[in-house]
Amino acid sequence: MAKPYRSRINRQPSQFRIKFIPSITVILASMITALPLITDYPILPPMGLLVLLSWRLIRPGYWPVWAGFPLGMVDDMFSGQPFGSAAFLWSLVFIALETLDRRGVGRDYWQDWLIASLSIIFVLICGMLIIDFQSNLLRLEILVPQILLSILLYPFVTRFVGAIDNWRVAA
Amino acid sequence: MAPPKNRRPGFSKRAQYSIFASYLLGILGAVVGLLLLLISIFDPHGFSVLRTIGAEATAPVSKTLSEVGGATGNAGENISAYFNAASKNAEMKRELKKSRIEILEARALKQENERLKRLLDLDKEIPEAIGMARLISSTSSSSRRMATLGLGTTDGILIGQPVRAPEGLVGRVLEAGPTTARILLVSDGQNVTPVKRASDELPAFATGRGDGTVDIRPINLGTNPFKGGDLMITSGSGGLYGPGIPVAVVIRKTETGAIARILANSARVSHVIVQPMFQAETVAAIKQEKIDEAETETQGGE
Repeated sequence: MAKPYRSRINRQPSQFRIKFIPSITVILASMITALPLITDYPILPPMGLLVLLSWRLIRPGYWPVWAGFPLGMVDDMFSGQPFGSAAFLWSLVFIALETLDRRGVGRDYWQDWLIASLSIIFVLICGMLIIDFQSNLLRLEILVPQILLSILLYPFVTRFVGAIDNWRVAA
Repeated sequence: MAPPKNRRPGFSKRAQYSIFASYLLGILGAVVGLLLLLISIFDPHGFSVLRTIGAEATAPVSKTLSEVGGATGNAGENISAYFNAASKNAEMKRELKKSRIEILEARALKQENERLKRLLDLDKEIPEAIGMARLISSTSSSSRRMATLGLGTTDGILIGQPVRAPEGLVGRVLEAGPTTARILLVSDGQNVTPVKRASDELPAFATGRGDGTVDIRPINLGTNPFKGGDLMITSGSGGLYGPGIPVAVVIRKTETGAIARILANSARVSHVIVQPMFQAETVAAIKQEKIDEAETETQGGE
């Protein structure tokens, strides 16, 4: 079957893909807790946050500052954290990143990784303290494997998100 | 990465205002998020409908995949079992010989128990299990320890019912949707289980630590009689869990009590059983429980 004729020049990428793919990937990544992984301690990296940070750092200016709030709300539906915790923490991360972007200095890959790592550590530790501040303050070491795994996974997630981004803007 | 464009608005008032407005919205989002968080901390069940919708939406995927995952889940364990196989074999033979005798003793005790129960007319118990199902997913990225069960209100699951596996207590039903239910695992930091020591009925509380262990704190503060290997079982006080369900084994003493490893490791158990609430039993049983409790407390006070 012959393909329908398409112009080879002056093509427009799909507006749906341009506008919605980043949010859809973040929501799908938040839903990863639905996989039958049953663990006795927190070990699975917060995939929603990793994908969100990847998009945010690959394409600064794509998300508005307030985008952390609705996406965080969706993440709260699946993560098991008290409702509002990701909405709050992701919003804070977005405000911080926006302020950082205002400096207008170009960043390289390593700095992106550092920023993402700090954000991950911030969100995970605050997420644990939100649940029970007093007793969890004494056993933050439970989070060490999860934090390490998340930081090491971030470059791979970024690669993947970058590939999706290429496809997203391709005509 | 090159610095993003349109960062410096220049003298355009409109551009400056739109940046200001987006900041304001961002801060507003954070504030509303904080409010939601406060609401959900003070009223933990307030947003359970949203979470139930989330669990129900992903349940078909979870259920299908958990059927597949069951076959491969133990691969690592099977491989590691080959190491030290000979010494393990000898040890197991010794254990087997010992437990054979214990089984015979237990059988005799069970018969006697049944006879006594019949005498007390306690045998009219409600069915032992409401349903049996797999845990289909868990909050593996959060510090809260909850799991999702592939059964819901349509199967007769109600909030508060205890969930156990053959190995021991797993948790209790926290939220129930039509076909899924959220289980608060014993290891969750917010889950307090009334327990007693199996050997002498010493009452204590088991609070989750979030990593597969529980903190055991004796009710009578000041004493710390625990030692490694003590088996903790549910005491039945509070009326939620029936008495005698194994919970944890003490691994280490602490200043105020002990740390114990949970027997029914939620990552390992394949199927769990949902039981009716202990409270709903006959009046006679509750009376009996109260007597038991009083006895337990007097014993613990020694």
